[in-house]
Amino acid sequence: MSPVFVKSLNAICVWIDQTQLSQAIQATSWVVPTVQTVHILAIAVVASSALMIDLRLLGVFWTDRPMKDVFSRFLPLVWWPLLILFATGAIMIIGEPARSLKNPAFQLKMLLLVTALIVTGLLQFFERQDAAFGDLRSASRPLPIIIAVASMLLWSAIIFAGRWIAYYA
Amino acid sequence: MELDRAFGWLQATTIAKAISENEILFPWIESVHVLAIVLVVGTISIVDLRLLGVASLDRSARRLMQDVLPFTWGAFGVAAITGSLMFASDAVNYAHNFFFRGKLVLLALAGLNMAVFHLVGVGNIARWGVTRQTPWSAKAVAAISLLMWMAVVAFGRGIGFTMH
Repeated sequence: MSPVFVKSLNAICVWIDQTQLSQAIQATSWVVPTVQTVHILAIAVVASSALMIDLRLLGVFWTDRPMKDVFSRFLPLVWWPLLILFATGAIMIIGEPARSLKNPAFQLKMLLLVTALIVTGLLQFFERQDAAFGDLRSASRPLPIIIAVASMLLWSAIIFAGRWIAYYA
Repeated sequence: MELDRAFGWLQATTIAKAISENEILFPWIESVHVLAIVLVVGTISIVDLRLLGVASLDRSARRLMQDVLPFTWGAFGVAAITGSLMFASDAVNYAHNFFFRGKLVLLALAGLNMAVFHLVGVGNIARWGVTRQTPWSAKAVAAISLLMWMAVVAFGRGIGFTMH
């Protein structure tokens, strides 16, 4: 990373650390564990919903139902809990800015998250283009399988990277 | 205490020592544990929300349970194995940790809740399992299940903040 970036990241961390909100989070011992619990519960919803979609694409779940039903049931639960995840994540960052923002595990997690969201967006795009996308009889089988495997690997890696933040600190 | 002697023996085993002495083994096992528990909680809530009459209403409760619960059990097996490995690495201290004990109690209650559902509910599920409506007993079991699993996650996090 460029020295200018590192310097401004340091300045941002110092600034956040000195805010009243950050001081309040640091002074209250139950805030971080509670926020982390909510964060994990929201991840449970996102990861499980993504898994159901991915398993349908692989042909091992709800194969008797059209892709459209699987999407309408589970796709909103991949997107909406992200608001909770960003809010709880922000509280953790404000509480311990240097431990998170400067942490390689956190930076990797954000990179993986952006990739997972792009993959999910692509999936939604393909499904809108072609309602038979992910259909087991459809000719274009490799693409849905690649997307499903990528999605499962990415969400797993996001959870792993999240846990590793604690060990890189 | 007799039990402490057994836990002392457990944490002195080769595998337990390997986990406690190796710097990266524990975080890897813990990561798999978190992934597994996230899938347990997420998939079981799909079933619970159906039983509560909130979501997946276009699928019979009975079918949905057959569709989803195998994945829940698979993930639970992984969580149990990884959890046991982490416990073994520092057995005596875990056994005396408030949140660890609480988590075991909550897991037992969640299991009991499920057992009650299967003993009382499955006989009737043939009748209501195909309708959109669910009886109040199924709703109660689902609500307790959701609360128990949320508490399991909270206590699990509590262990992380009180051990070491």
